[in-house]
Amino acid sequence: MTLVLAFSAAVLCGCGTWLMLDRHLSRVVVGVGLLGHGVNVVLMMAGVGGSRPAFVGGETTDFSDPLPQAMALTAIVITFGVIAFLLALAYRSWSVTGDDQVEDDIEDRRVASAPPVELDAQSADDLGGSLEGEP
Amino acid sequence: MSVLLAVPIIAPLLGAATSIGLGKSRRAQRLVGMSVLGLVLVDSAFLVWRVDTSGVLVAHAGRWRAPVGIAFVADRLSAVVLLTSALTLLAVLAFAIGEPGTEDRHVGFHPTYLILTAGVSFALLPGDLFNLFVAFEVMLMASYVLLTMGGRADQVRSGMTYVVVSLVASSLFLLALALIYAATGTVNMADLSEKIADLPPGLGRGLAVLLVVVFGIKAAVFPLFFWLPDSYPTAAAPVTAVFAGLLTKIGVYAILRTQTVVFTGDLRPGGLLLVVAAFTMVVGVLGAVAQTDMRRLLSFHIVSQIGYMIMGIGLFSVAGIAGTILFVVHQIVVKASLFLVAGLIQVRAATDRLDRLGGLAGVESVVAALFALAALSLAGVPPLSGFVGKLALVQAGAEGGAWMVVAVSLAVSLLTLFSMSKIWSAAFWGEPSEPLAPRASRVSDRRWYLMLAATAALVAASLVVSLAAGPLHRYSTRAAADLLDGSDYVGAVLR
Repeated sequence: MTLVLAFSAAVLCGCGTWLMLDRHLSRVVVGVGLLGHGVNVVLMMAGVGGSRPAFVGGETTDFSDPLPQAMALTAIVITFGVIAFLLALAYRSWSVTGDDQVEDDIEDRRVASAPPVELDAQSADDLGGSLEGEP
Repeated sequence: MSVLLAVPIIAPLLGAATSIGLGKSRRAQRLVGMSVLGLVLVDSAFLVWRVDTSGVLVAHAGRWRAPVGIAFVADRLSAVVLLTSALTLLAVLAFAIGEPGTEDRHVGFHPTYLILTAGVSFALLPGDLFNLFVAFEVMLMASYVLLTMGGRADQVRSGMTYVVVSLVASSLFLLALALIYAATGTVNMADLSEKIADLPPGLGRGLAVLLVVVFGIKAAVFPLFFWLPDSYPTAAAPVTAVFAGLLTKIGVYAILRTQTVVFTGDLRPGGLLLVVAAFTMVVGVLGAVAQTDMRRLLSFHIVSQIGYMIMGIGLFSVAGIAGTILFVVHQIVVKASLFLVAGLIQVRAATDRLDRLGGLAGVESVVAALFALAALSLAGVPPLSGFVGKLALVQAGAEGGAWMVVAVSLAVSLLTLFSMSKIWSAAFWGEPSEPLAPRASRVSDRRWYLMLAATAALVAASLVVSLAAGPLHRYSTRAAADLLDGSDYVGAVLR
């Protein structure tokens, strides 16, 4: 059972990471969701079952550990809220730019739009390459 | 006395709810916002006094005792960071009320800002790691909304990066929590400090490094800082100021808290932190030197200065951590005031591109004076507050024999001064590319003087840090000794 849980956590986290690296915002959102679920599964596995219940006392040993479940529940609610916000943001991005892609960042655009560097003969030699049209 | 610990979290939340209800009247929202933040400020000042005179203060929520229930803890470190944060949040809110275009256009500004305040206080006070996670989420959720409040294309783009990066960090945090709970069966920090010492040392060290990575993303240390200079400058000026001043420092606070209280002895990754600190300083300042937008330039400086704080932590000596605490207090105030000055310039000249600005010193000499004080303080010119913090850190580094990182920190200070003089000569001296429009055409006198007063108050606070350097350093030294020893904290929580 633990092996099945560990395997599913690994698959969820792996798929989530892969989707998050995509340039389509909708896939990023799905990726975030999968990663969150993967982590929640790990959280569920963290519980130490079969120990004495925390609050009621007594000797019962077939209790599952309630604390990781409470933590996973909180984490699920938080992930839900953040994904709702991400969806709103992705929708806004779509309505502003008309596209579902992540845009380039400012630095990339600035480098791309900068005028090409003019090499003089000396620095071209330094670079070791011969520019075409060299006398 | 537990009410002292509840007020900084509950009052802003109640204030936020009231503020939503009062959405129709901006004047009432302002009144609620300012009075709640004033209350938090008074409360945290009282908390500093109380914690310093009579030791660690603990509140058990619902009277469930510590390892089982949820504890809120204030020690000297959290109290002084809370006080500085409250002061900064109050000054920035006053600035936001003055600034045209952010607060007056959005019904949601005040409630979200108050929730951010609650999140910041909540992140400083919890006694267990899971509530620290929840606090980070509260704070980040409010920051997502504030960052993208305008809904412009560039805000949405950078907001997306910011949210996704923060979410990855949160997932890693949760993963670390699960592993820590699986290994020890508790998430209470005081309880952990005893139980982690019993684990195999390799496992303890691994967990320590995992937490450094998690909070390193939030604190923007090298090589995890790339999201920060891209996302912060797109937000509105007051929002950027409060992010720059506070959010990364909360990450540093979390590193400091977990690496001292939870992990003890040789489980602490001192060498790793020193290397990371040196790279953070250098890469941040080199990034700053290359920028031409004022706010992007200042954003790279946030990264660079984080390196100094990590350096103090990495030394793991009383002097080093005292230096870090002093430096965090100075940075929160100075960074926020520099971004407020950038906001003043943005309002006045309608741009923050350095190649379009010029000659502001003759027109707005008060703004120039405020910038000069804050910038020289950032670079660490004596007798300003940055000098005090850096001196404490450099002395601690020399005592600890970490000469490489000390040399790097001194060289980075020079580069910081260089890039500040770049702003100064481009924005305040020289001639503007087009003549400056009269101030009245941009902003009313009343709003302008309110913004100016808010900025001046923060700059004055940084002067107080340098004037009261002696008592403050003694306070930080006491706080650092508490943190490294840890027995007071653990005793107070588990007693």
